[in-house]
Amino acid sequence: MKTLALIDYGSGNIRSASRALAEAAKLAEIDLQIDITSNPDVIERADCIFLPGVGHYADCMNGLLKREGLHDALTQAVIAKGTPFMGICVGMQLLASIGLEDGDTLGLNWIPGTVKRITPEPSSLAIPHMGWNEIQNLNHPILSDLGENPHLYFTHSYVFETDDSQQSVAHFNYGGDFTAAVARNNIFGTQFHPEKSQKIGQKLLANFLKWKP
Amino acid sequence: MLKNRIIPCLDVKNGRTVKGVNFVDLRDAGDPVALAKAYDEQGADELCFLDITATNEGRGSMLDVIERTADQCFMPVTVGGGVRSPDDMVTLLSAGADKCGVNSAAVADPDLVKACSLKVGAQAVVVAIDARREGDSWGVFTHGGKKSSGRDAIEFAKLVETKGAGEILLTSMDRDGTKSGYDIELLKRITEAVSIPVIASGGAGHVDHLAPAILEGGASAVLAASIFHFGEASIADARHALNEAGAFVRPLAD
Repeated sequence: MKTLALIDYGSGNIRSASRALAEAAKLAEIDLQIDITSNPDVIERADCIFLPGVGHYADCMNGLLKREGLHDALTQAVIAKGTPFMGICVGMQLLASIGLEDGDTLGLNWIPGTVKRITPEPSSLAIPHMGWNEIQNLNHPILSDLGENPHLYFTHSYVFETDDSQQSVAHFNYGGDFTAAVARNNIFGTQFHPEKSQKIGQKLLANFLKWKP
Repeated sequence: MLKNRIIPCLDVKNGRTVKGVNFVDLRDAGDPVALAKAYDEQGADELCFLDITATNEGRGSMLDVIERTADQCFMPVTVGGGVRSPDDMVTLLSAGADKCGVNSAAVADPDLVKACSLKVGAQAVVVAIDARREGDSWGVFTHGGKKSSGRDAIEFAKLVETKGAGEILLTSMDRDGTKSGYDIELLKRITEAVSIPVIASGGAGHVDHLAPAILEGGASAVLAASIFHFGEASIADARHALNEAGAFVRPLAD
């Protein structure tokens, strides 16, 4: 039995994430127990950690900081203990040093970088970047076996610019080249929504559940 | 490259799917969850539920439909109809919706769009605009297209963009249910006026109607109901027609 702590901090579509992870576990043939939680003990004991997130950067970060002991427990598990971690959308953006959406907000700073508004050229391209786009330059085990340039579902107006380009492990093109996924050691995050990306998304989540960083 | 989206829309009343011609004379097209699942399997890019229930009891059955859909479909789901407050959106999102449409209440009070956007994020706020031609321009209508608001559709689209709408669902009331194709001129005027994505709606009667909405009208997505529900065309037919015309959609995974 493998345990996954799905972080409940008042942001993100927990139900969709939970259902998609359960499907992915079947695909990966893993007996998975999903704990929807913000309890520090559960998080520190978990075999892997999943952080969803939608909405405003500052709201998400504040929601995380507001929950007693959550930030410390995440830091302890992910940074000190090395528990495999995955964040999606704003849950991935929170990994950055700082987010610039409606003012400056300090992030977790686990992957140094900045979250800034997407600036496609030509500027006539619609924002938010919304819909199915292909991801390229895949460079991570979790992104393996997804086909050459798989299409995933995106919906966002801000993008993660990593300080170290090596930590941007997949890109998408939308009037420019932007980060679709980030990684460092046992930490992985996607700008897109695997839980909303049908079969290809489930395959990616299954790869995360099988991942041994 | 970002691909164009095909969005089947299910009009739901008291937990059942219906689709009206010009919003009157409703026909029953079955169980919404079964249809949602079928579209998910066929590779629809998103799904839209429009709750046309007027009663509170009916609203409860809509939440049940959303929950059951979210449990079975791993695709983005937009739900609209009857949204009056940011809390209404939170309720729908908690049930499993990804985006919420707001219509009449936003026409009455555009600041509602701002309140919703601040609460749930712009990416989850879809403003549904029902437009009807009035001489040389288009007016915004509410209450299922029955009531003129006195607002100009293009000005209103620009206004809701500044209030933080993430997307516009633009329905031509002149074309809705007629199967004579989307109102391309209306689409063009709106997509030129705003920089958020616009979903074309109202009038799709054939898969050949889809591509012009994107290529000429500038839409990011095409929404259709009857042509899919009654088996006149499949999602695969729509995908094929769009790709052939050069309005590309994503390839489906194995």
